[in-house]
Amino acid sequence: MGEPYRTQTAGSHLIGRAVIYTLLVLFALYYLMPLFVMLTTSLKTLDDIRTGNLLALPVQLSFDAWTKAWDSACTGVYCGGLKGNFLNSVSFVVPAVIISTLIGAFNGYVLTMWRFKGSDLLFTALLIGCFIPFQVVLLPMAQTLGWLGIANSTAGLVFVHVVYGLAFTTLFFRNFYVTVPVELTKAARIDGAGFFTIFWRIILPLSPPIIVVCVIWQFTQIWNDFLFGVVFSSGQRQPITVALNNLVNTTTGVKEYNVDMAAAIIAGLPTLLVYVLAGKYFVRGLTAGAVKG
Amino acid sequence: MGSLSIRNVVKRYGPVQVLKGINIEVSDGEFLILVGPSGCGKSTLLNMIAGLDTITGGEIAIGGRIVNDLSPKDRDIAMVFQSYALYPTMSVRDNICFGLKIRKVPKDKQDEIVARVAKTLQMEHLLERMPSQLSGGQRQRVAMGRALARDPMLFLFDEPLSNLDAKLRVEMRTEIKLLHERLKATIVYVTHDQIEAMTLGDRIAVMKEGEVRQLGSPQEVYDNPADLFVASFIGSPSMNFIRCPVVADNGAVGVELQEGAERFVFRAPEPLREGLRRSLGKEVIMGIRPEQITDRSPWSGENPHVVSRSAKIEVVQPTGPDTLALIHLNGTPVTCRVHPEAAPHPGESMSLMFDLSKLVFFDPASEKRIT
Amino acid sequence: MNQPAGGASPALTRARRGIADYVETALPKIVLGPTLLCALIFVYGFIAWTAWLSFTESRILPRYDFAGLVQYIALFANDRWWTAVKNLGIFAGLFIGFCLVTGLVLAILLDQRIRAEGFLRAIYLYPMALSFIVTGTAWRWILNPGLGLEHLVRQLGFEHFTFDWIVTPGMSIYAVVIAGVWQSTGFVMALFLAGLRGIDDAIIKAAQVDGAGPVRIYGSIVIPSLRPVFFSSLIILGHIAIKSFDLVMALTGGGPGFSSDLPATFMYTFAFNRNQIGLGAASAMMMLMTVVAIIVPMIYSETRRQRHG
Repeated sequence: MGEPYRTQTAGSHLIGRAVIYTLLVLFALYYLMPLFVMLTTSLKTLDDIRTGNLLALPVQLSFDAWTKAWDSACTGVYCGGLKGNFLNSVSFVVPAVIISTLIGAFNGYVLTMWRFKGSDLLFTALLIGCFIPFQVVLLPMAQTLGWLGIANSTAGLVFVHVVYGLAFTTLFFRNFYVTVPVELTKAARIDGAGFFTIFWRIILPLSPPIIVVCVIWQFTQIWNDFLFGVVFSSGQRQPITVALNNLVNTTTGVKEYNVDMAAAIIAGLPTLLVYVLAGKYFVRGLTAGAVKG
Repeated sequence: MGSLSIRNVVKRYGPVQVLKGINIEVSDGEFLILVGPSGCGKSTLLNMIAGLDTITGGEIAIGGRIVNDLSPKDRDIAMVFQSYALYPTMSVRDNICFGLKIRKVPKDKQDEIVARVAKTLQMEHLLERMPSQLSGGQRQRVAMGRALARDPMLFLFDEPLSNLDAKLRVEMRTEIKLLHERLKATIVYVTHDQIEAMTLGDRIAVMKEGEVRQLGSPQEVYDNPADLFVASFIGSPSMNFIRCPVVADNGAVGVELQEGAERFVFRAPEPLREGLRRSLGKEVIMGIRPEQITDRSPWSGENPHVVSRSAKIEVVQPTGPDTLALIHLNGTPVTCRVHPEAAPHPGESMSLMFDLSKLVFFDPASEKRIT
Repeated sequence: MNQPAGGASPALTRARRGIADYVETALPKIVLGPTLLCALIFVYGFIAWTAWLSFTESRILPRYDFAGLVQYIALFANDRWWTAVKNLGIFAGLFIGFCLVTGLVLAILLDQRIRAEGFLRAIYLYPMALSFIVTGTAWRWILNPGLGLEHLVRQLGFEHFTFDWIVTPGMSIYAVVIAGVWQSTGFVMALFLAGLRGIDDAIIKAAQVDGAGPVRIYGSIVIPSLRPVFFSSLIILGHIAIKSFDLVMALTGGGPGFSSDLPATFMYTFAFNRNQIGLGAASAMMMLMTVVAIIVPMIYSETRRQRHG
């Protein structure tokens, strides 16, 4: 695909190309607009916002909104900015990503190299878990976390994100390991290697591509999550997404749109940065999950 | 010592019986081939010998020990796979040493073994390379090197040459044969290629649908196939099969054939008469190989069982060393092998020599050989 | 030691396997165990639990005595629930429709051997990396009546331009559509682009030799062969739509009032803010049943179709 069709004359061909490029650029502007708006608004003073308009550049460049968002904005009762919540997010996202990736890798390994009767069926049963709306597990989970004594804690959020992330991580690794010939495992078994040796010495060294995809995907999903955060945590233990929402919805005094925008960028920066640096792995994650779905 | 005993081995996957009772005794140093069409169970049997698949019934013994319950690493075997199965993230040297490391072989002994194996297979210059940098033939050599380094009681080969191109396949075949002669190792070799089977094996087990149809030396299987399937499977171009009635002829027994408008009788050679007599009046399937139907040659006169007949040639296919000519007997197409110089044009008649000493006859119902 | 072929063989010793071997055989199942246990308990078990709750009169605290369909009756009598359902229909329809069309158009455009294709693709896709909360917050500001887009357009001269959907009860759900489409189109585009790239060149060439023009080629060959991608996108977008919670909370909070409520926000509000656990559970079960009712038959019919070639 992609061969320009030679049924056109040179002139109409050029016009066609111009139209295509114009459309693409217009779309690009449409997609970049909100980011531009967020950035510029966050650097304006409230005066600027009132007198100017959405797309205008800041007249008086000011970083006050940023310091306020980080340090002193009110997210509900507490007025200490987003820094605490940022650290909260980091403290549960990192363990959750690592644990769910690790378990997913082992699961994928078992499902492709050590198949047993019914293992494919079990995989399908696991996969269905990807599709459920999480609303159906919220109430029981809230109760369970309470019983386990980890309600409203980092451990609780790690637990929830690992449990519900396993289906995806298993999917990633299983789809990847399916492309590795099973005969490698057979040869290793004859050579005398056991279950863990084969994983550690043979399968794992092959895995960096999918590990990166999985980590990036999980990081993005868990960092950006709001539902689990808002249901299973409260007050100062909340992740940054929940804190952001609280910040924006707090209606005490004057609405400080610049602070709102700065806060939004702070919340979105980590995943955006990951995307910019490792975007192609992100895309692979999307399409890998979708091919199965 | 390095012997293999397969007794009444049965394999079932749920309700499906894949192997129906295999009995083979392999002596120390013997090269056994398992050959047959895909689905006949040869790879399954090999996997069971290796311990990669469980045994539903029967016993497999290696070197005097029944190994049914042993894991692959304890069976003292080595296996070479069709896809080579080289560890992609390790160098050639590490590939060969992997099993040795797991068995805690001391480092200097490891180096010694690697050097010995590399010399045997002439791959000293490949030792530090990664599998992705090797050609197909080189990879296959490394796979064999890995097996050699184990110095096992039994070598298992699972269609190792199927992934190579034709020319390379012929070269590697010779190498494997030389290796066997040098090492005197016991080898079980699975292939679907009957040429490999014939050229490499001491004995061939021709398998179909989970059974061994015949177990014998290459020449035995070629000259005296046990049934129609073995006869048609071994030999290329394939044996000709002609359905014909058994008739009496002046006190002897023979089969009646028709070519064009002519009817004639081929008399069975003395050793075959007794068996054929039992089928008098019935139809049998006569098997005759293409090279037993040729043009006139200086040697033909010495063989008392050679009969001359002329037939009309329908199609001519030159192959280089000889030319295949197609005739019709009893309405069945029959391939003959003639010298390229003697080959006629299609449509012409030609005088052919039929060597009846190598005829085989099959019962049409049971498909087994009568004589 | 030569064994006579077919003759009597000497007695053979039987080798035994050790404990280690038994463990090795069981290891794969042991490793998979915890994950399956998780699925069993935390997915299927919890669904059953929520289902049970939906059949009780739980309010602030869960009760487990069976009370029949009382919550479902209450649910169907609830105006707010019907608003949420209606909104879901509107939202899902428009969201899916626009995403598919725009995604397809962008993919086709990008497939025309564009320079800077990678760069443009990255721009269309970056919204997927953002949380729905961030997207909602940004668009909330953009759609702000007094200071956002409306204000900008008025400043450009169109003084009677109004764009206050976000605060208008009947129109607030459409604002959610706008933000949602902005976020998710890139993903659909990526899928379609991969699908386009997977089309066999030879088929296109054959059509060109037959004399077909570009429009014909796209209409009759390319787009029909993208059917599996349409299907995957449909499932995923439908799934996102049904689960939509974050976006609504950030953009409108469900408001004004509850005019932009969706089943997900309804469930959250009633289960956790209004202390109506039973009702919340019933609404969650309704969401699950919608997902099952729509997605399962789709998957079933498509896999059947694939099998029949």
